[in-house]
Amino acid sequence: MIAALAFYFFAAILIASAVMVVSSRNPVHSVLFLILAFFNAAALFLIAGAEFLAMILVIVYVGAVAVLFLFVVMMLDIDFARLREGFQRYAPVGAVVGAILFLELLLVLGSWTFADQSAELRLSPNPGGDVTNAMAIGRILYTDYVYLFQASGLILLVAMIGAIVLTHRKSTASRRQNIGAQVSRSGSVLLEKVPSGAGIGTLGIRRPPVAEVEKPAVTHDAGHGGHH
Amino acid sequence: MDIGLAHYLTVSAILLVLGIFGIFLNRKNVIVILMSVELILLAVNLNFVAFSAFLNDLTGQIFAMFVLTVAAAEAAIGLAIVVIYFRNRGSIEVEDISTLKG
Repeated sequence: MIAALAFYFFAAILIASAVMVVSSRNPVHSVLFLILAFFNAAALFLIAGAEFLAMILVIVYVGAVAVLFLFVVMMLDIDFARLREGFQRYAPVGAVVGAILFLELLLVLGSWTFADQSAELRLSPNPGGDVTNAMAIGRILYTDYVYLFQASGLILLVAMIGAIVLTHRKSTASRRQNIGAQVSRSGSVLLEKVPSGAGIGTLGIRRPPVAEVEKPAVTHDAGHGGHH
Repeated sequence: MDIGLAHYLTVSAILLVLGIFGIFLNRKNVIVILMSVELILLAVNLNFVAFSAFLNDLTGQIFAMFVLTVAAAEAAIGLAIVVIYFRNRGSIEVEDISTLKG
C-alpha cells in the first residue's frame, strides 16, 4: 500500500517535471526540472528494487550530467527569446507525432504477455536471499560482463579526451617551454665523457667552448631614439 | 492497488513521448534537445529496470548501467560541441547549423 502510494507520488512528479523540462521558458529552469526528474526516477528505481542503479543515477546524472548542462546553459550568452520563436508553430506537429507514438505504445502494452519459458531463459537470475543488489550486480558485472565493463570505460575515456580536445583553447598569454630550441642550443652546452674516478682535481674545471655572446649593454637612451 | 509491470511501462512510455515532443517543441535550441534525449534515455532505463525487477533477472540492470555510461559520454561530447560551435558562430540555433549543407 505504502509502496503503491509512493510509486504514484514519484511517477506524478516525474512526469510533471518532464513536462516542465520540455516546455519551460527559461533553459535554466529546464535543467533544474531535469534534476528533479532524475531524482524521482531514482526513487522509482528504488521501489523496483534496483538500489545500486538508483544511487548511480543520482551520482552520475544529478552530480555530473545535470551540473554540466547547467554550466553550459549559464556560460553561453544566448538570446533565449529568439530561440523560442516558432514554439507554437512546431507544437501541433510534435503533439501529433507524440500522440501517434503513445497510441502505438499503448497497443503494444495492451497486447503482450510474458513467454511461458521466460523464467528458464533468464541469463543471470537474481540470487535473492541475503545477497544485496549491489553485491549481486558486482558478481556478474566483474565476471560475465567484464569485457563490456572495460569497453564502457574506454567509451568514457574517449569522451573525456574528445571533450578536452574540442574545448581546449590555445592560450597566447602564457609562455611555454620550447624543448626543441632548448636542446638544440649550441655554443653554451658541452657534452664530454668523463672517465670514472676522475674528479675535479684531475680534470680541472671545464668551461664551455665558446662563451655566450654577451648581450649588448642596455644604455640609458637606448630605445628612446637619438637626437638627429 | 498492487504496482505491476504495466505501471512502470506506462510511466516510461509517457516519459519517452514527452522527450520526443520536446525535440519537436524546441527545434531551435540544441541544449533543450539534448535534455530531451536525456529524458528518452531515462525512459529506456526505466523500462530496463522494470523488466529486470519483474523477471527477477539482473541482466537488465547491467544493461541499464551501460546505457547510463553511453548517455553520460554523449552529453559530455554534445555539450562540448555546443560550446565550440557557440564560440565560433555566436549562435546555437539549429537552423543556422547548415555549414555542411546536409
